[in-house]
Amino acid sequence: MYEILASFAQTGGLVYFVLMFAGALAYALWPRNQEKFDAAARLPLDDDGGPTNGR
Amino acid sequence: MTETIGATRRSNNTSILGVGALTSVFLFLALLMATYSKDAGMEYQALTFLLLAGVFVIGMALWVGGLVDRDPFDESEYENTLIKFGVAASMFWGIAGLLVGVVIALQLTWPTIFYFPELGWTNFGRLRPLHTSAVIFAFGGNVLLATSFYVVQRTCRTRLAGGMWPWFVFWGYQIFIVLAATGYLMGVTQSKEYAEPEWYVDLWLTLVWVVYLLVFLGTLWKRKEPHIYVANWFFLSFIVTIAMLHIVNNLSIPVSLTGSKSVQVFAGVQDAMTQWWYGHNAVGFFLTTGFLAIMYYFIPKRVNRPVFSYRLSIVHFWSLIFIYIWAGPHHLHYTALPQWAQTLGMTFSVMLWMPSWGGMINGVMTLSGAWDKLRTDPVVRMMVVSLAFYGMSTFEGPLMSVRAVNSLSHYTEWGIGHVHSGALGWVGYISFGALYCLVPWLYKKKGLFSKSLVEWHFWISTIGIIFYMVSMWFAGIMEGLMWRAYNEYGFLEYSFVETVEAKHISYMIRALGGLLYFSGAAIMAYNLIRTALGHGEAENLETTNDPYAQPEPRAAALAPAE
Repeated sequence: MYEILASFAQTGGLVYFVLMFAGALAYALWPRNQEKFDAAARLPLDDDGGPTNGR
Repeated sequence: MTETIGATRRSNNTSILGVGALTSVFLFLALLMATYSKDAGMEYQALTFLLLAGVFVIGMALWVGGLVDRDPFDESEYENTLIKFGVAASMFWGIAGLLVGVVIALQLTWPTIFYFPELGWTNFGRLRPLHTSAVIFAFGGNVLLATSFYVVQRTCRTRLAGGMWPWFVFWGYQIFIVLAATGYLMGVTQSKEYAEPEWYVDLWLTLVWVVYLLVFLGTLWKRKEPHIYVANWFFLSFIVTIAMLHIVNNLSIPVSLTGSKSVQVFAGVQDAMTQWWYGHNAVGFFLTTGFLAIMYYFIPKRVNRPVFSYRLSIVHFWSLIFIYIWAGPHHLHYTALPQWAQTLGMTFSVMLWMPSWGGMINGVMTLSGAWDKLRTDPVVRMMVVSLAFYGMSTFEGPLMSVRAVNSLSHYTEWGIGHVHSGALGWVGYISFGALYCLVPWLYKKKGLFSKSLVEWHFWISTIGIIFYMVSMWFAGIMEGLMWRAYNEYGFLEYSFVETVEAKHISYMIRALGGLLYFSGAAIMAYNLIRTALGHGEAENLETTNDPYAQPEPRAAALAPAE
């Protein structure tokens, strides 16, 4: 039982984390997301005024 | 009149009633505990809670009575009053925590100074946790509360969710601080580093923290901006991870439901590993991700430039949180912890260097095209120097986590020097930068009361940090070498007391460094108070709705095209 649980936690955990991290990397580096990120980077600069007249 | 009250108003009334009801339940429990307390510590703690939470409920009732028809949670405005309270609390606890730091630095140098045998609580053992908790949780925690509530509203373009609940978070957190601090002085402690408060204070903090998480999530939920800005990801990871760490490391069973003492669930090396998993991730997710969120909002805002690379900020975030969580075992080199676990902690600590420097570079390079602000704006300089200290201490940390280096550095003053270059340089300076930004923005002033006082603060504190760091490097490496020195017969060369005596001059320089840093913070408090009062260069802005000191050049430039 211990071996089954340990291999699930160790090997399974490793694969799960690597896949999740690869997903995050792909999202960050995906060329089509560039425009979205450029706009997002300006978020703090364009936030003057109240909640209603944001943009 | 009740007909005119809209749906929003009614749900906000619910939040006031909810806060009142929840606090009243705890007031009742505190009354029971005070009545049936098993020990004096518990009695004082329960009475303190009754007093503070009672004042909170009565104050809230009086405030609600004074509202008449005004909607206190108007959705067309940001919640700014709470942020002002958070800034004031940050400054107050910062001054208090630094002052206690100076006192204990002097006590280490001259053991009888500020120690009065008839007042047992003035001894070093009681004051040291007071200092660490005051600067980390009281100062740092309030800075994070204030900035997270400020940033999440702006970047989501919506008011804080939950009506009265954010106020419960703020005052509940202050009550937690007072209970923890007075408890330490009375000797009520579970003796875990950075997790000293006893079980009932832990439970109260858990409640406050869960409400904090819900308020933050609720604000994200009703955001009007589709993208969640990167600073909010950092804040969210801070809130979620601290909740997890706090609950797991404080698993304990009270000896009595009306007594202050509890027993830890874990024992031996499991307890040690849990403690340092908590301890190092408190550094990682309280003192790092939270303050990186400040960096990702306040540096771009202050220099009016977008983040250098938004892509890098996403990679920075995910790599940091994937790696940090495993670094804790490096606190337990050469202990009963299995060697593989030590090596795992060491390896992940070394890997942490990459995301840390990636983030630092991202922050510094945000100044591209605005490098002149380093010279002209001391607040920008303070935040950039904080990144320099961040880079330095995140290089030093992985180095010290290597087992061979750790055999020299562990248990020495080098560790103290390391945490203070991170705490004073990184956490302190990025916080000071944010507070210097926030006060003119919140009080709608053109600028700070005095820019030259910021220069004074910057230089006095920076010299203080350098005194602190260099003296502790010197003392740490010296005592590390002295502890491992053998003579020709194989005996230890030095007795322990000789290694203590050798540090006396370093201790004096350290105390001076701490005093300088404290003086800088005192200058800052004065400057911020005068700014809020609108003295000196802090004139009122004429515009009604623009809370920012800088005009928006970009909007003006775009106007003709539109």
